[in-house]
Amino acid sequence: MKHLSEYRDKELAQKLIAAIRDQSKRPIRLMEVCGTHTVSIFRHGIRQVLPPTIQLISGPGCPVCVTATEEIDRAVKLARNPGVMITTFGDLVRVPGSQSSLQMERASGADVRMVYSTFDALKLARENQNKKVIFLAIGFETTAPTIAAAVLEAKLLGLENYFILSAHKLLPPALEVLLNSGDLNLQGFIYPGHVTTIIGTGAYEQVAEKYHLPGVVCGFEPVDILETILMLVRQIEQGQAKVEIQYKRGSSAIGNPKALNVLNRVFVPCDAPWRGLGTIPDSGLALRPEFRAFAAEDHFDLQVPPAQDHPGCACGEVLRGIKTPLQCLLFRTACRPDSPIGPCMVSTEGTCAAYFKYNE
Amino acid sequence: MCLAVPMEVKKITDNWAVVEYEGTRREVRLDLVDPKPEVGDYVIIHAGFALHRIDEEEAKENLKYWKEILNKDI
Repeated sequence: MKHLSEYRDKELAQKLIAAIRDQSKRPIRLMEVCGTHTVSIFRHGIRQVLPPTIQLISGPGCPVCVTATEEIDRAVKLARNPGVMITTFGDLVRVPGSQSSLQMERASGADVRMVYSTFDALKLARENQNKKVIFLAIGFETTAPTIAAAVLEAKLLGLENYFILSAHKLLPPALEVLLNSGDLNLQGFIYPGHVTTIIGTGAYEQVAEKYHLPGVVCGFEPVDILETILMLVRQIEQGQAKVEIQYKRGSSAIGNPKALNVLNRVFVPCDAPWRGLGTIPDSGLALRPEFRAFAAEDHFDLQVPPAQDHPGCACGEVLRGIKTPLQCLLFRTACRPDSPIGPCMVSTEGTCAAYFKYNE
Repeated sequence: MCLAVPMEVKKITDNWAVVEYEGTRREVRLDLVDPKPEVGDYVIIHAGFALHRIDEEEAKENLKYWKEILNKDI
């Protein structure tokens, strides 16, 4: 992008680091809830340059990681149907379910394809009329409107062999569950730039008011993250709990009403299971009645036995920010990127994968 | 997974745009972006869709602010 060099400017970064060191007095814990932030923080060594007063913790910010084991089990069961083609985004195929993964099913002959966009899945459905093409729809509010737009297109085209299995998650209800659990000693949120691009800051305002917790919507370059941390430090030192936007070039307080309109035409909130957080009311998305022709659960048997997670896997606690990967006995021993046990090691944006790659 | 990158709009045909960043070209949908971008605009691309037209004025304001803080105490 134009100006990208400025967002990585060393001199500017050093100035921000000096200001953070100077102005941060009391010990604070800040949580980022976006996998892209997690990776950027590790890649640019931001944790190492912060004063000891500031601790950064990672929350449930990776859609692959928060997908519940039972959702993977249902996808695996779907993949075993003859005549079915499974399509989904990258890392999900490697996430282990109770007994198998989509990758293992593919090795056994199932038709599992990775796509970049839902429109790629639509194209596959049009080109393979003899197959039932099922898109495993994961993602937060950033991604859900793209899935909804493809459902509208499928309806327009009259496609009868395109289905989605919705495992979407909505972020604000999860933040409330984290805060209500009482496990977290948290002083501020680093809010996700691209979720905010869609939903705006309304939900964060409620969090700020109800929990007296400041938050700043943050961009993804190192200078963005440092400036966000400085904005949070200032608020906390002054006893404020406001929602501010650092990432003004990519988000706004009102979000994207056009995308939200598409989302709400197609989906309605429903209860959803989260890895590590249990079932959270109204934190998922289900197809509205007029789009049920595309609902995989209405056309296929998705009954699966109760899910079984690896007993040693700490992904649940890692996603809640109450354990670091270093406190998981499997980390770096049994669980590694080439043989992952939990989803936080599978996803390139998972906290465990970031700790492993950047050698924390 | 909410990774999204700014790319420059090179061509628009109905609800599709060709966008480019550092030599990589992609075809993306414009269903979700408002206001609709024009050729030369930068848009934030996620999973094959433009989600946001980058406000050039905001971007410039931000850079101006950063240049200012380089020259004063913050």
